[in-house]
Amino acid sequence: MGWNKKVLRVNLTAGTCTPEPLNMEWANDYLGSRGLASKYLVSEIDPKVDPLAPENKMIMSTGPLTGTMASTGGRYTVVTKGALTNAIACSNSGGFFGAELKYAGWDMIIFEGKSPKPVYLALENDKAELRDAAHLWGKSCWETEETIKRLHQDPLTRVCSIGGAGENGVLYAGIINDLHRAAGRSGVGTVMGSKNLKAVAIRGTKGVSGIRDFPAFLAATTAAKKVLADNAVTGQGLPTYGTQVLMNVINEMGALPTRNHRDVQFEDAGKISAEAMHEKRPTDGKAHLVTNAACFGCTIACGRISKMDETHFSVKNSPKYWGASGGLEYEAAWALGAANGVGDLEALQYVNMLCNEHGMDPISFGTTVGAAMELFELGILSKEQIGLEAPFGSAEALCKLAEMTAAGEGFGKDLALGSARMCAKYGRPDLSMSVKSQEFPAYDGRSIQGIGLGYATSNRGACHLRGYTVASEVLGIPVKTDPLATEGKPELLKAFQDATGVFDSAGICVFTSFAWTLADVQPQIQAACEGDWSMEKLNLVGERIWNMERQFNLAAGLTGKDDDLPPRLKTEPCKTGPGKGVVSGVEQMMPIYYQVRGWTPEGVPETATLERLGL
Amino acid sequence: MQKSLHIDPGKCTGCLQCEMACSYEHTGAINPSKSRIKVFDFEHEGRKVPYTCTQCADAWCMNACPVDAIVIDLITGAKVVKESTCVGCKVCTIACPFGTINYMADVGKVQKCDLCDGDPKCVTACPTAAITYVDADWTGLDRMRSWAAKANTAAVAA
Amino acid sequence: MKHIILGNGPAGVVAAETLRRVAPADDILLVGNEDEPPYSRMAIPYLLEGNIDEAGTYLRKTAGHFASLRIEQRRGRVVAVNTEKQTILFEDGHFESYDRLLIATGSHPVRPPIPGIDLPEAQTCWTLEDARAIAARAQPGSRVLQLGAGFIGCIIMEALVKRGVHLTVVEMGDRMVPRMMTPEAGGMIKRWVEKQGVNVVTKAGVDRIEKGQNRPLTVTLTTGDQLECDLLIVAAGVAPNVAFLEGTAVHVAKGILVDATMQTSVPGIYAAGDVAEAPDLFSGRHLVSAIQPNAVDQARIAALNMAGQPTEMKGVLAINVLDSMGMISSSFGEWQGVEGGDGVERADEANGRYISLQFQGEVLVGATSVGLTEHVGALRGLIQGKTKLGAWKPKLLETPTRFVEAYIACQRPNS
Repeated sequence: MGWNKKVLRVNLTAGTCTPEPLNMEWANDYLGSRGLASKYLVSEIDPKVDPLAPENKMIMSTGPLTGTMASTGGRYTVVTKGALTNAIACSNSGGFFGAELKYAGWDMIIFEGKSPKPVYLALENDKAELRDAAHLWGKSCWETEETIKRLHQDPLTRVCSIGGAGENGVLYAGIINDLHRAAGRSGVGTVMGSKNLKAVAIRGTKGVSGIRDFPAFLAATTAAKKVLADNAVTGQGLPTYGTQVLMNVINEMGALPTRNHRDVQFEDAGKISAEAMHEKRPTDGKAHLVTNAACFGCTIACGRISKMDETHFSVKNSPKYWGASGGLEYEAAWALGAANGVGDLEALQYVNMLCNEHGMDPISFGTTVGAAMELFELGILSKEQIGLEAPFGSAEALCKLAEMTAAGEGFGKDLALGSARMCAKYGRPDLSMSVKSQEFPAYDGRSIQGIGLGYATSNRGACHLRGYTVASEVLGIPVKTDPLATEGKPELLKAFQDATGVFDSAGICVFTSFAWTLADVQPQIQAACEGDWSMEKLNLVGERIWNMERQFNLAAGLTGKDDDLPPRLKTEPCKTGPGKGVVSGVEQMMPIYYQVRGWTPEGVPETATLERLGL
Repeated sequence: MQKSLHIDPGKCTGCLQCEMACSYEHTGAINPSKSRIKVFDFEHEGRKVPYTCTQCADAWCMNACPVDAIVIDLITGAKVVKESTCVGCKVCTIACPFGTINYMADVGKVQKCDLCDGDPKCVTACPTAAITYVDADWTGLDRMRSWAAKANTAAVAA
Repeated sequence: MKHIILGNGPAGVVAAETLRRVAPADDILLVGNEDEPPYSRMAIPYLLEGNIDEAGTYLRKTAGHFASLRIEQRRGRVVAVNTEKQTILFEDGHFESYDRLLIATGSHPVRPPIPGIDLPEAQTCWTLEDARAIAARAQPGSRVLQLGAGFIGCIIMEALVKRGVHLTVVEMGDRMVPRMMTPEAGGMIKRWVEKQGVNVVTKAGVDRIEKGQNRPLTVTLTTGDQLECDLLIVAAGVAPNVAFLEGTAVHVAKGILVDATMQTSVPGIYAAGDVAEAPDLFSGRHLVSAIQPNAVDQARIAALNMAGQPTEMKGVLAINVLDSMGMISSSFGEWQGVEGGDGVERADEANGRYISLQFQGEVLVGATSVGLTEHVGALRGLIQGKTKLGAWKPKLLETPTRFVEAYIACQRPNS
């Protein structure tokens, strides 16, 4: 058993912490982490609940491989109804927090209700306690983590927390753990803030002892690690360049959305790329990148640790940003950079640090700024309204707007709404590059057709991590498909979406899927967990999770009409690159996708499908 | 040729696979809090440092043991705790100036790196070769020892 | 060259072994005054607890260990040393001459001048013989009064309670182990052992001991309270065994004064362990540090010098570790702090944790901890190395438990 079979239920209204056994029947159907936590959520809340009402719940969950030597086995998932999306939200994060939760002897924590005053959960093995967090409220994630470690006098305590963004209701607030790892998307941090829950601090020394067959598990994890090491992407590309390895690649194929998706290639992509992070700066002769770093148990180590140029305008008077800190990943570099036309690497890193420090999703923040910049250039928003000149390409505006959003000041309050609500407020909802109110990530849905369909159908709003067809369409993993073609993409996407559900539910990182297929994961799960975990079953589990999430969203009031892309992607063709002249074929692909999924033309799962999946 | 652990912090990514492997080897559970090698994270320098016993020649722990429970493994040269003899008095834990021998309250004994009988599991588990097991001459072991003597020994040759 | 080592505790044994290693041809005579093989007093609590048998206390476990090293062992009690003729007179009238002499005679438990202290039920806890006597009297249900909550007092409490006795501890100081623990730490230990069912009376002594009515002894405390008990354990401190040096040229203060080579005021005569008073690491003042690691360090230095290898001790560092009924504590160096220094103290009594760090400038000079077992030796490393902490000092003032990181960052032991 990879599970501890123990759930902590924290009722914030009553201030109680109660252990309960894990529902093993559900564990057998949904594996763990994303799947299992979602099962708990959909079983316990009214889908129509206001995400910020006490009746919403928030679950932090590990998977059966979390805390084990399975490579990347350190992840945890935050599942709730998303503040940004009004859909099921599921954000997962690496770092060390997830493994610590497992080592404390728990599989998941269910937070319900709302605390009358700010609190944090202190969890040391079996001992769970809600403690006053009045002194932490208003503090950044960095200060919170440091303060708790100092209070507990235990540098090995692992902390996740919300910053000002989560406290002030920024709708894309994330939860930050281990200083710069984030459960970033869909506003899970906003939900946490609405519950007056500032942080969770964990120290676990019980370890994981319940692996079903240890020798088999060691053999399976060792073999799978070798696959990662031998693969060019996970063995060399990601450790050396991080996910930023993609910046130049995606730009060259004309799929790097630029200036709020007006363009698909960014003239300054090279300046904000992985290669640029390795280059020595003229100012101080040092490279931006200090080293790579791993999350718990990860043998890839794509994480970036960067040090800023101390003379850069954004930080020259703020020494606290001079130390080594979490650096730019591809998504953040794109959303803060290309999406706004900003080619200043140091400015991007500064804002990236602000996002970590104050707990904001850099994707949604960056692209919301992109939308604001377009509104500014169109004259819809004035300098007076924003408080500053905000044309595309302005690093100064980007930095200032990040500070304002984190602090909840001025126009920052509009940016805090996310692009969908902000653009609607100013009469141009079409300028929000989002699905289900969640902003696009860093791939253009026109020049990579499959990912466009993925954004449209993602259960948590636009997202690349629910079905990363880019692996196939760009990198040829596991087979190369034509990014501009629509044929075969619904089938490809479904396979990716279902498999991803299993990766996410096991407690491992989806980046392993650059090298691993489900066949590499299956022996690890089988050796760790009781019961049958064949390929057939895992495929079924993945599909079951997808359909369960879908049903929740339908019950929450979403319909097939929400499976759509903004008009720009359907009507404004790519101006340059290999996809020049192409628009998204989402409307052609959608009926096929529904069919492949066993859904009605309206996007509702057929009874037969539900029965087949045991839903 | 006797071998020893060679640690290159520059290669460490902080993944803690070594801690998992060590704890599993010695306790049968995956539990980094029981690992005999610990990775320290110097966050603001971007530096991770795996840290364990250097099997130092001076062997404060061994000399301090009142009941002869720490012995030299003749094959690996490791200073090894004989659990059946250790009474748990903890004198070694304050004698070792490196802090690499620790008392485990649950078993009432001390524990330290024993080089896994010559097949250190942290080495096998390390994905980046930040921890290697190499001929003692290559490791700068003498440098380490001289450092130890300089910085920590009660005794220095006059 | 003939070496005589008086005392076969840890210092004597390590000195003999070191001598053998560096002086293969010399004669070595190791003299003890008990009817036992060399053993460790540190192990006596575990013997009383029944975790080990007597053989488990022996310093060396291999049969024929000393013979194989050609270390001659003898039982004898010294009565006088003639430093001019280089001879020793034993109790049995026998003389022995030496070229080099190491005095490692250790210390003995002090019996405070209390009326009745010599009654047979008033027992010290020092030797294996003492342990046997205590074991015989400390039976389930018996009442035991322990005089003194110092180092020895603390480490035997658990064994006594596990033997099923009702234990009362009387301590003159205001807390447990006042000579090794800060007020806060000593107070925490007191409250902890009380929670474990031990009756602790601080700021009190024993006024008199008399034969009792229902139990063998009636003990009257300085508070006026009277207690009946089956056994009184005298754990009121120890004093160096130096009486036989009276009238010699060997300078004695509390213990035998030695220099950095462990040589006494008389060339050729050395002292090590509990009996020696050596210069302290920081102040240079002479100090007795009666704990095993120190005894062993000193013995090694003494032996090297006796064998003609000039070696110096950088200075004695007081270090202590205690297990008071499962509450583990340690203290190092100038744990009380130094004049003009500064420090930080953090207590978390609910979780049984405490740490105090004391600095002089940017150097850590002393520390006290409770409930800390991970990497605690690094405190010694930092203190003994007189490590310049630089930017780490403010960090330690904020979060003193980060001392291991400070140690690794400042010393870079493996980079």
